[in-house]
Amino acid sequence: MDLKLKIWKQKNPKDKGRFETYNIANISPDCSFLEMIDILNEQLINEGKEPVAFDHDCREGICGMCSLYINGRPHGPDDDITTCQLHMRKFKHGDTITIEPWRAAAFPVVKDLIIERNAFDKILQAGGFVSVNTGGVQDANAILIPHDTAEEAMDAASCIGCGACVAACKNSSAMLFVAAKVSQLAVLPQGKIEAAARVKNMISKMDELGFGGCTNTGACEAECPKSISISHIARMNREFLCANIQD
Amino acid sequence: MSSFLGSSIGKKLIMSVTGLFLIMFLLVHLFLNLLTLVGSDVFNTAAHFMGTNPIMKVMEFALAAGFLFHMVYALYLTIVNQNARPVKYAVANKSKATSWASKNMLITGGVVLIFLVLHLMNYYYKIKFTDLIESGEMTEYDLVVGLFQPENWYYVVIYIGWFILLGLHLNHAFQSAFQTLGLNNKTWERRLIVIGNIYALVISIGFSIIPIYFFINSLM
Repeated sequence: MDLKLKIWKQKNPKDKGRFETYNIANISPDCSFLEMIDILNEQLINEGKEPVAFDHDCREGICGMCSLYINGRPHGPDDDITTCQLHMRKFKHGDTITIEPWRAAAFPVVKDLIIERNAFDKILQAGGFVSVNTGGVQDANAILIPHDTAEEAMDAASCIGCGACVAACKNSSAMLFVAAKVSQLAVLPQGKIEAAARVKNMISKMDELGFGGCTNTGACEAECPKSISISHIARMNREFLCANIQD
Repeated sequence: MSSFLGSSIGKKLIMSVTGLFLIMFLLVHLFLNLLTLVGSDVFNTAAHFMGTNPIMKVMEFALAAGFLFHMVYALYLTIVNQNARPVKYAVANKSKATSWASKNMLITGGVVLIFLVLHLMNYYYKIKFTDLIESGEMTEYDLVVGLFQPENWYYVVIYIGWFILLGLHLNHAFQSAFQTLGLNNKTWERRLIVIGNIYALVISIGFSIIPIYFFINSLM
């Protein structure tokens, strides 16, 4: 199939940036979206032009590195997938595809489609962990955890930190990401001990980094490649409220 | 405490609590309004009680404060949230997963506010700041009936339009308020949406019945 691509080009964080249009021919419907950009870049290099810079790593939907806001949707026109899992069969011959970077004050553009997602790391450093003291290895079944609780924690832990929630939210809010991290630890006995301090520290870091507030539209849940539920945001709100009342 | 209310979740909480207060107020208001359908004496007695009872006088201030807080804070938070995305997307998200109402709370809320001013001019001002009622020239019931006469047909249209917008606002508001308070989970998510839809319909249709009833009544 032949396609017209409107891609955001920006030299560096200070550059104003603009859209550039590229034409690409003979793309197989079985090609992945990132492979399609690889083909475009090869074509650009052969023409002596600068290739399009974009983030990618594992290309199997688990690392959370690929981003891209494709035709108005984070990770493109398919549900529950990352951009590397998006196939060109989702598009038609002759389509114009607009590709933008994630847009958020907390995610500044580095170059073209690459954005800085360090803000997520900073939030995790503020409390997204369990302090482990040294000592012998514990027996695996020493602490019993109900199956439902383990599943709930695992669902939250499936967050890959890609930032699609922030990209999809009209307020660029990071609530779903933070809620997933708070939730995954707060429901387990190992994480409960530090739950109150964790939620307060992570929220205060999130606010400091310039993410917006949540207005419960549910856009994050709809675009999350791992379908993380906004019920985790309710749990985070509850944890935060309780932690502050206890003081 | 100040750091709590100043945090992003604390700010949401203020919207949620003031919103729930207004949600309760609307139910009381609707109940009183529906008394017009029972009869003029019943409604006038109830309206008189609401206007003179000392507890209600205190609640009047609480209500005004609740409205003001909810509106001013909504405007402030929208500006803060807009700043979180300085460069907008060229292509807007057309996903149907999110409701129109949830993304346009400031617009529906703003329009509801504009008509609220009209509504206060129609009733509150006339009852409190003129001697129409005190002089015995008119009763509260007469004021309601008088506004929805055939020659004032546009008031019927305005009020019904107002109630539809209010319904849209409440449709998202109800479940959102509980979600913000943390009173939600996977089981209650769907239940709260259904209860919220029923609440919004009750308010929208309930208030609309009154202008429609008096308009049709006066035609016959």
